[in-house]
Amino acid sequence: MNKAEKALYELNEMDELANGNSLIHHFSALIKLLVTIIYILTVMSFDRYNLSGLIIMAIYPYVLFQISGLSFTGCLYKLRFVLPLVLAIGIFNPLFDRHVFVVLAGIPVTYGWISFFTIAVKGILAISASYLLMATTKIDAICKAMRKLHIPSIITILLLLTYRYVSLMVEEVSVMTNAYHLRAPDQKGIHYTAWGSFLGQLLLRSMDRAKELYNAMMLRGYQGEFYYVDDQPVGLKDIMYFLIWIILFWLCRSVNVVQWIGSMFVR
Amino acid sequence: MIEFKEVSFQYSSERKVIDHVSFHIEKGESVGLIGANGAGKSTVMKLLLGLLEGEGEIRISDIPVNRKNLSAIRKICGFVLQNADDQMFMPTVYEDMIFGPRNYGLSKEETEKKIDEILRLLDIQDLKHRYNHKLSGGEKRMTAIATVLAMEPQILLMDEPTAALDPYNRRMVINIINKLPQTKIITSHDLDMILDTCDRVILLGNGKIVADGKCQDILSNQKLLEENRLELPLSFMYQKEKELL
Repeated sequence: MNKAEKALYELNEMDELANGNSLIHHFSALIKLLVTIIYILTVMSFDRYNLSGLIIMAIYPYVLFQISGLSFTGCLYKLRFVLPLVLAIGIFNPLFDRHVFVVLAGIPVTYGWISFFTIAVKGILAISASYLLMATTKIDAICKAMRKLHIPSIITILLLLTYRYVSLMVEEVSVMTNAYHLRAPDQKGIHYTAWGSFLGQLLLRSMDRAKELYNAMMLRGYQGEFYYVDDQPVGLKDIMYFLIWIILFWLCRSVNVVQWIGSMFVR
Repeated sequence: MIEFKEVSFQYSSERKVIDHVSFHIEKGESVGLIGANGAGKSTVMKLLLGLLEGEGEIRISDIPVNRKNLSAIRKICGFVLQNADDQMFMPTVYEDMIFGPRNYGLSKEETEKKIDEILRLLDIQDLKHRYNHKLSGGEKRMTAIATVLAMEPQILLMDEPTAALDPYNRRMVINIINKLPQTKIITSHDLDMILDTCDRVILLGNGKIVADGKCQDILSNQKLLEENRLELPLSFMYQKEKELL
């Protein structure tokens, strides 16, 4: 199995996860989407030095991972290409912001390091929440929920088709990589002289496949709306789920729980 | 049922892919559209479905094929693509099958009933909740046909329905095609399959109709087929060899 085939397998696995049967899977897609958006906004609203306050926000992904039966390490593995980017965002903070915040065991911890870790934690929490939404809700249901929030259909179509096209593109990469290696058996990777034509061909082939797929959708009546996704009426359990999380987010945002617990022990 | 009148089509400044083609297909007919690569078979299909716009007049069930009527035309015509992977874009067989009927306003209950009927007809009930990416080539082909049949089309267009199938699955698809009551247009290079499933054949060459007539007559005409870069179907070849012996 080449790397592209492995990636394709992982992509398909997301669909299988979204078809699961846990309690979280049964909540309305609209409510899950709203909770995720509010969660991400709350996480992002924390001050860049408020690392202690932010840590408690991990309760949301923690609880969801527990209830849905999804694996956190599985999530980290799937997001292994995104996480370095998240870390890279704040990488220069320790260099520019050198004011000492606290000295721990003789080692000065600067504000730069605190803000770096805050950005990293914010990124990890936001990405985990998005992963949890994707792994517990089908993409079409998410798009339908977005339409209910009056997000223009052009955006939901783009999101849906991008999701579908990514697997087509990876499939093409897999076929082309196999074809290349069968005629270049002793080479590791693809030689740089072939990169141009490889990418060009990949683009053309993916466009062809994407066009066929889009035609197949149009020929079966698709016009930008998600009639084929079952309506999930928002029930009492959904409202309870929403309210519990919103109250919890508000509490975590307004009270620094970690500091408050610490103050009970330290005078 | 299907009226193709003086239809021409060309991509930009190239030669005409379809050049003043006219034919008429009656309700319930099974027509094989054959020809060498580049003869214009797929273009005819795409023109019928409104995926391409050409010159001339195309009418399906008296509805002219134009932008305004695309939705109605596509409800009447079901198209089975050559590559089943492109046809099946949902995660599971079930989700793929409900896609079309639900888009055309069928209720959940009606859709469920319909897809169970289709799965029974094709004898693939066990595939209903399977993931598309875990199906074999033959299973994918069968479910691709099922997704189109679930829309209850009056006309069935099939592009190379037996391509890349093993003999067992090929025979299964042929048997299924023969069971279907719809008007059918089938393009293929598998002339034995065309012989098994169609009453009439339209032979295309360089974008024009070279021959249009009974399947037996055209597919047994070795000279005509060879002039158009095709070969006699195997069954006729054996017959000919027997006669020679």
